[in-house]
Amino acid sequence: MVLTTTKIETIRKQFPILNQELNGKPLVYFDNAATSQKPLSVIKAIEDYYKTINSNVHRGVHQLSQLATDAFEESREVCREFVNAKSIKEINFTKGTTESINLVAYSFGRKFVSKGDEIIISEMEHHSNIVPWQILCEEREAVLKIAPINSKGELDMEAFENLISAKTKLVSIVFISNSLGTINPAKRIIELAHNVGAKVMLDAAQAAPHQKLDVQDLDCDFLSLSAHKMFGPTGMGLLYGKEEILEEMLPYQAGGEMIKEVSFEKTTYNELPFKFEAGTPNISGAIALKASIDFINEIGWDFIEQQEKALLDYGTERLTEIEGLKIIGTADNKASVISFLLGDAHPFDVGVLLDNMGIAIRTGHHCCQPLMNVLGIEGTCRASFAVYNTKEEIDRLYEGLLRAQKMLM
Amino acid sequence: MKGTAEELIEEFAMFDDPMDKYEYIIDLGKDLPEMADSLKTEERLVKGCQSKVWLDAKEKDGLIHYSADSNTVITKGIIAILVRLLSARTPDEILSEDLSVLTKIDLRAHLSSQRSNGLTSMIDLMKKYAQVFKMKSKITDEG
Repeated sequence: MVLTTTKIETIRKQFPILNQELNGKPLVYFDNAATSQKPLSVIKAIEDYYKTINSNVHRGVHQLSQLATDAFEESREVCREFVNAKSIKEINFTKGTTESINLVAYSFGRKFVSKGDEIIISEMEHHSNIVPWQILCEEREAVLKIAPINSKGELDMEAFENLISAKTKLVSIVFISNSLGTINPAKRIIELAHNVGAKVMLDAAQAAPHQKLDVQDLDCDFLSLSAHKMFGPTGMGLLYGKEEILEEMLPYQAGGEMIKEVSFEKTTYNELPFKFEAGTPNISGAIALKASIDFINEIGWDFIEQQEKALLDYGTERLTEIEGLKIIGTADNKASVISFLLGDAHPFDVGVLLDNMGIAIRTGHHCCQPLMNVLGIEGTCRASFAVYNTKEEIDRLYEGLLRAQKMLM
Repeated sequence: MKGTAEELIEEFAMFDDPMDKYEYIIDLGKDLPEMADSLKTEERLVKGCQSKVWLDAKEKDGLIHYSADSNTVITKGIIAILVRLLSARTPDEILSEDLSVLTKIDLRAHLSSQRSNGLTSMIDLMKKYAQVFKMKSKITDEG
């Protein structure tokens, strides 16, 4: 326990943003599912890049360009290792999960999805894993099927199995729900989909900072993540895809980097992974993403998982003590996210009052309006924990909620 | 006689702790004259990302009277402040009101870029009503 406390203190020292007062109170940051804070090493990686090796990648003959390219491609290798992909050809840099999903919807969907085909998503998806498929299905006259959830906020696997059929072309599902914290049985879902020849896209935006990802073990066909949710920079992410599928897909955006040769008669496309990376990429973002993965590896998954479980358990215990507080999403297998309602109080009011006590949570529909409709609520309050959070901060949330309750009831 | 803005500044100067300020804002909301449910229609709804605001305006003897409500108590309290500042005034007074008092009582954050509570749209709509009543009276005068 003492060792854990010391380690947390050491980790917290690397996040200067946490060590400040907001609204006159020491900041408690519980909005990690929206974006995590950045350690000094990530901030320094961005600064160092611009101070020492900034130049455009891949085409330059001069030394700076070589150094930038090496650092950029080194990051791709570290990302490959991070998700355990077979080859760097399977690691495509994107702006983040939203772009990754849009890329698959466009480049896979417009080649392989046709009239009458079915795509399956679930009721707990983020808007970014709903709307691209709606657009695709409308265009291709395909059918979007929605797998329901049970009262605990878990995927109803029986209903899911019933939805899967020979017509299913693709299943796109969230690994860990941003609004409920539910960890979906990804491996089982992938197995069921593969049995009927369907491909699977896994939205791992929330999973990436909480648990080890292994695309070979999962056997998913696509996986997306966002750097900013795992201690890295915004506007940076990746799409993993199986090489043989990526090879077959249409290009996404067109321009520099993604071409082999251009003539007015015919253009040939560059090979993977550059085929899907048109234009000058987010070089500093990629380099900083490597720094964020190094940071995670340094702490180690065992410690992260143990610490987050302790926070989830303690947070659930304390919040349950509050009379009238209802936790939304009580899956057996859950990440360190607690969505809740404080009696009849509107989440917005709770959020504003907590903010004035220095506690940052998120309120609203969390970009999951269809899920909120299913649950019959307008939104929730959501506290999401990262490895640098502490039980003392959860105590502050508990006290803050009691005070808010007194004012709002 | 002190204006409403000066009164508000004096009232809010009493609070050192922002929580006391919010307690007061919530109380102001509770005192806001009730808006008839029949007025809470889709046309009168100003939708924020998180909270809903309903707004109605009536003109009597050249003055505009607003009634409003919200489904969140803090937004309702701020609405009460806006109604206090703008209601029972002439269209010209409403249109020229810059609401700088909101900065002075440190509530400007609620009207800024996030727009999650619909208040910015509500102020726009309050001013639009004033504009419409002004045009109407001009037409009547000239007619």
